[in-house]
Amino acid sequence: MKTRRRAAHARHEARRPGRFGLFLAQILVLSLFAVLAGRLWYLQVPRAEHYARLAAANHTQDLIVPATRGQIIDASGVPLVRNRTELVVSADYHALLEQEDGGDAVLRRVADILDRPFEEVRGRTRLCGPTVSRPCWPGSPYQPITLAEDVEPRVALQIMERQDEFPGISAQQQAVREYPGADNAAQMLGYLQPVTQEELEEREELRARFSGVDRVGRDGLEAVYDDRLRGEPGVRTFAVDNHGNVTGIVSESAPRPGQHLVTHIDADVQDIVEKALARGIERAKQAGYPADSAAGVVMDVRTGGVIAMASVPTYDPEVWNGGIDQETYDRLLSKEAGEPLTSRALQGQYPPASTFKVASLAAAVENGAPLEQSYACPSSINVGDRAFRNYESSAHGSISLHKAIVVSCNTVFYQFGYDMWRADGGTRPVANPKDPMPRMAKGFGFGQPTGVDLPHESSGRIPDRRWKQEYWEATREDSCKRAETGYPEVAKEDPAHAEYLKKVAHEQCLEGHVWRAGDAANFAIGQGDVLVTPLQTARAYAAIANGGTLYEPRVGKAFVSADGRQVERIEPVVAGRLPIDDTTLTYLQDALEDVPKEGTARGAFAGFPQDKVSIAGKTGSATIVGKRESAWFASYAPADDPQFAVVVFISQGGTGGAAAAPVAREIYDGIYGFATPADGGAAQQGADGQTPPGRVGPPALPGGRPPAELPTVRSDGTVAAPEGYEK
Amino acid sequence: MSLYVNSQRSWSTRAGRLLAARPRRIDWPLLSCVLVLCAVGALLVWASTASDGDPLESTQYLRRYLVHVAIGLVACLLVASVDYRVPRAYAPIVYLVGVVGLALVLTPLGEVINGSRSWIVIGGMQAQPGEVAKIGLILGVAMLLGEPRDGEHAPMTRDVLFSLVALAVPLGLILAQPDLGTAMVLCSIYLGMLTLSGAPIRWVIGLICCGVVGALSVWWFGLLQDYQLARFATFVDPTADPRGAGYNANQALIAIGSGGFIGTGLFDGEQTRGNFVPEQHTDFIFTVAGEQLGFLGSSLIIGLFAFIIWRTLQIARECDHPYGRLVCVGVAVWMTFQCFINIGMTLGIMPITGLPLPFVSYGGTAAVANLTAVGLVLGIYARDRGFG
Repeated sequence: MKTRRRAAHARHEARRPGRFGLFLAQILVLSLFAVLAGRLWYLQVPRAEHYARLAAANHTQDLIVPATRGQIIDASGVPLVRNRTELVVSADYHALLEQEDGGDAVLRRVADILDRPFEEVRGRTRLCGPTVSRPCWPGSPYQPITLAEDVEPRVALQIMERQDEFPGISAQQQAVREYPGADNAAQMLGYLQPVTQEELEEREELRARFSGVDRVGRDGLEAVYDDRLRGEPGVRTFAVDNHGNVTGIVSESAPRPGQHLVTHIDADVQDIVEKALARGIERAKQAGYPADSAAGVVMDVRTGGVIAMASVPTYDPEVWNGGIDQETYDRLLSKEAGEPLTSRALQGQYPPASTFKVASLAAAVENGAPLEQSYACPSSINVGDRAFRNYESSAHGSISLHKAIVVSCNTVFYQFGYDMWRADGGTRPVANPKDPMPRMAKGFGFGQPTGVDLPHESSGRIPDRRWKQEYWEATREDSCKRAETGYPEVAKEDPAHAEYLKKVAHEQCLEGHVWRAGDAANFAIGQGDVLVTPLQTARAYAAIANGGTLYEPRVGKAFVSADGRQVERIEPVVAGRLPIDDTTLTYLQDALEDVPKEGTARGAFAGFPQDKVSIAGKTGSATIVGKRESAWFASYAPADDPQFAVVVFISQGGTGGAAAAPVAREIYDGIYGFATPADGGAAQQGADGQTPPGRVGPPALPGGRPPAELPTVRSDGTVAAPEGYEK
Repeated sequence: MSLYVNSQRSWSTRAGRLLAARPRRIDWPLLSCVLVLCAVGALLVWASTASDGDPLESTQYLRRYLVHVAIGLVACLLVASVDYRVPRAYAPIVYLVGVVGLALVLTPLGEVINGSRSWIVIGGMQAQPGEVAKIGLILGVAMLLGEPRDGEHAPMTRDVLFSLVALAVPLGLILAQPDLGTAMVLCSIYLGMLTLSGAPIRWVIGLICCGVVGALSVWWFGLLQDYQLARFATFVDPTADPRGAGYNANQALIAIGSGGFIGTGLFDGEQTRGNFVPEQHTDFIFTVAGEQLGFLGSSLIIGLFAFIIWRTLQIARECDHPYGRLVCVGVAVWMTFQCFINIGMTLGIMPITGLPLPFVSYGGTAAVANLTAVGLVLGIYARDRGFG
């Protein structure tokens, strides 16, 4: 009985719903809430920074406000590249999205007044993506979406005045680059193109500074000085909600306009060079030459500043504005159009021909050939097993080095090249050949980029024994194959030339690595494998003129802040000195001074007031197998107080004296304000100087000097010329 | 007649005694915690709905919230101040009101809000019968399981079967809406009460097994709506589809995480002010606390809930009568379940379900129902103290 009662009581206790169960429930509840608190701690304390970062990315959007790009102006303050505003019609992506029909009705009206198909306008408002192809918007949806560029003011006004009909659409002014000089100096100035995804990825620091629709300098000065010209874009950071609606402005930094670039360029001189080259080409064409391209450089010999640099054919950089179409782009790159994007002045590589003799003479003299001695100038000399001739096989008997330069006697220099080659051991060179010629050529700055502040510069080529060996190794296989198979494709049209090519290939295959006597001789007159750029030649002649200082050419002269307050000069950079002594240099200068007076450029400078401005220079006529000769004239002036080096090159334009020197003369005429004969002096040879003057204007550079002072940029952005250079 | 007079008198004397004794008989710790939560809720609702515009419009949610709470508090004190056996007497009525309301939801009176038909609209007033049904279920089940027949200490099979029917009716109506969240709340309330009622444990285990099998077969036969499946899938990996179903979960995590230890300050959270988190004055209100009040404020809210529920269970432990005990248990399970699911989903440890946070979330019916439930608990405490 007792046990039964106890059992019942135990059962009663056990089944008595649970005080203990409730206690367990309390524990369970507290643990559940402890889990919540623990999780909360984890999210808000150790992970807080992580989520704060996510949050920041979540609810702000940056709008890049591009800075006004700096102008590129010439040394006297004339704008070479400036900004023009045009009216663009743009749409607010989110405003359209919020309209009931997604903006269709509004866009239809816009298409109507723009007179464009609705589909195109609608297409432009879509965001570009993997599945959305053009027309589409490549930029951010927070940037106004451009619907049409360069619209008429009437259209813009309509849109702005009838905003109730065009909600979300606006018309505003947008800056585009403008080139007052049209196609002058196009290659040197460069152009802008939208920044590409690749560029953004390549240049980490750019990413923060571009909106993805910005343009970046792609060539020329625009590319080299892009950072300076660009300025700092402003960033407006919007707070946005989950629908992308702007709820406020978090921060705003105003754009800092880019600096203006003052250049050494003189717009007038540039124009003179462009026009003179064009006329030179015209004359050469009339004389039956192809004259396919040309280059001209005017350099300040005292600083290496580039006063003008032109390349023909050229093009109008306006084509880059508003997005270039494929057809135009293809044409710019095509051979038929003469590849106008390529600057012949710094990318073209040509045999320097006789203009190179200044280096050869210096090499010979430094190598022991006495200055004051006579040298034989026969019509031809035998070098190795071949005869090397003078131009038109003329002979001058025994002449001084002075005269060898003035009359451009090849045989004297062939002999120098041959002699030095033999001294170095000929085909079996001594252990450390002196190679005076290549060494001197490099001392004149050839065979390496000049370091000009422009992109894509060619280095030219100064061949020597080692270069030949390397070249042979690289081309041997091909040469040997050609020696077997010949040139059937050439043989169809010109069997003789094909036979010649096959012979060359055969020689190349067997002993192309040997630096032969002929190579050395050709080198001495700037032929054979020697290649230089017109800019290198200009720099070398500038060095001869200024007493031996080789500058790195500079187009840029100074940076001026947008308000004109800060000015930062680009100082001249000395690249080296000509490795010749003063006696030789003076001798060389004297010789060059006589070339336009009694030498090969005599005709071109007939009637030129040499008593006022004495020109020193050297002609060159480069021959390339299978092409007509190309004309060079390298010069500087005034000979007694050198300011400018002028180099003219016309590809397949004839001899230097007949084709290039008249162009140079026209340039000097323009700089100094002298009268140029109507025919450019080309037909002046032997004439009496009675030809009526062609262009007579005020001197392009008053006083015959480039301005030393910088133009003044006023706070309103206008530019004042340095005193005495007002135009 | 005399009965009538008698009852009249007894009512008035009882009320008089109550009023005199109230300070002693109210569980002040519990009530003040609830009041603090309501105050916090008011601030958070305000902070999450305030706009820069017209002050009247800017505070419209706040003002409505305060009205809800006021009505709820009146209901709370009313329920608390009467003998808990009175509401017990009305339990069937409350239960029936809930069931009829749920049935009405399925008629043209019902309104679809946020994808589920859980609302009825009468004369411009919206109400969620689901909330009433929760109280009805608690009272009904407490009556069925909390008053064992003579000679028994615990509910017998017959009681359990009756109580199951009491669960099944509202559950079926709610699943017809469909409102998975409320259905889960009802099930957990019932399971909790059954477990602690002293009913044979085999029932509990059996029902849980049935539940698991049921859930699996629902999954298996594809009875769940796509959005419900998506929510569960998202719960497994919130980053899987950041603009889709995972968006809410992700934005909630970002909001809370970016709040840090001290928060961004009330009215100042960019994440919540920018409406990145959806439903932030109702289901996702804890994200507002997380971002604007930081760990300090949010953990205080968690602590308050923990205390309220612990306290409710404590009152259950001290209550001698099984009915009162079960009512407390029902209320505690209800609060626990909703708090844990609601806060858990904003913290990324529970799937997204449309359950509001008790006392804090904006929502009229829920506020009144929650506060009435507190009133029930307070009433049981008062009686317990009053009569020993």
